[in-house]
Amino acid sequence: MLKVTDIAGGLGLDIRVSGDMHREAAGCYISDLLSDVMAHGKEGDIWITLQTHPNIVAVAVIKGLSGIIITNGRSPEPDTVRKAESENITILTTNRTTFETAGLLYNMLMAHGS
Amino acid sequence: MHITDSIEGFFQLMGGDFTNAGSASGELKSTLTKLGVSQDVIRRAAIAAFEAEMNVIIHAVAGTMHYSIGSEELKITLTDMGPGIEDIELAMREGYSTAPDWVREMGWGAGMGLPNIKRNSDNLKIDSVVGEGTTLEIIISIRIIAIRKD
Repeated sequence: MLKVTDIAGGLGLDIRVSGDMHREAAGCYISDLLSDVMAHGKEGDIWITLQTHPNIVAVAVIKGLSGIIITNGRSPEPDTVRKAESENITILTTNRTTFETAGLLYNMLMAHGS
Repeated sequence: MHITDSIEGFFQLMGGDFTNAGSASGELKSTLTKLGVSQDVIRRAAIAAFEAEMNVIIHAVAGTMHYSIGSEELKITLTDMGPGIEDIELAMREGYSTAPDWVREMGWGAGMGLPNIKRNSDNLKIDSVVGEGTTLEIIISIRIIAIRKD
């Protein structure tokens, strides 16, 4: 079982909003289209995206995602941070590309049998 | 256990208010969770309600969301003052969208909203008048497992 905090530590991600870091990351979904995440993301997934606006938090809440990773050195907007804090949603950031982040996370999840 | 009286909720939605998008659907989700409705119904209701809420925020000036949870079904009704839908059949097609570019840059407007709503509803009724607005009635059959006393 891989927790969000293990992913943050293992991948050296910056913790922008610390929500429930001890939640299990059941899997991962990657998309920059929000309705695609609504349709195909699964509860407990950690979500990798380039989007930084507040609606990503709403998507995470509605879908029950375990956290959000924003790639390519992008930062969540101030409203996004505020919303994530009030909804207890973890937001992590990285300078790595989505591809690199996904590759590293894939290996981590597979090693933990997810 | 059965719900004898239906439980209702009502929300005002403001067009363009992306910051608060999802609060109506989020509240519906917590209400259903507290009632002990099955996970599958909660998941489907949350997706359908949120996509419908986003449609109002993206396309309309203002609107309302009303829900009614009965012993057998959940009914979510969204009524908006918006542009209306010219061709409902076309709007239901995956990939078709009339959203402006700046909304697409946010990752919305991929033409997946109405198909997502349809897929997660047991019955979907759309009434729309061009230049006046749109009413969506989403029905989801429910089965109450247990009512939590908190």
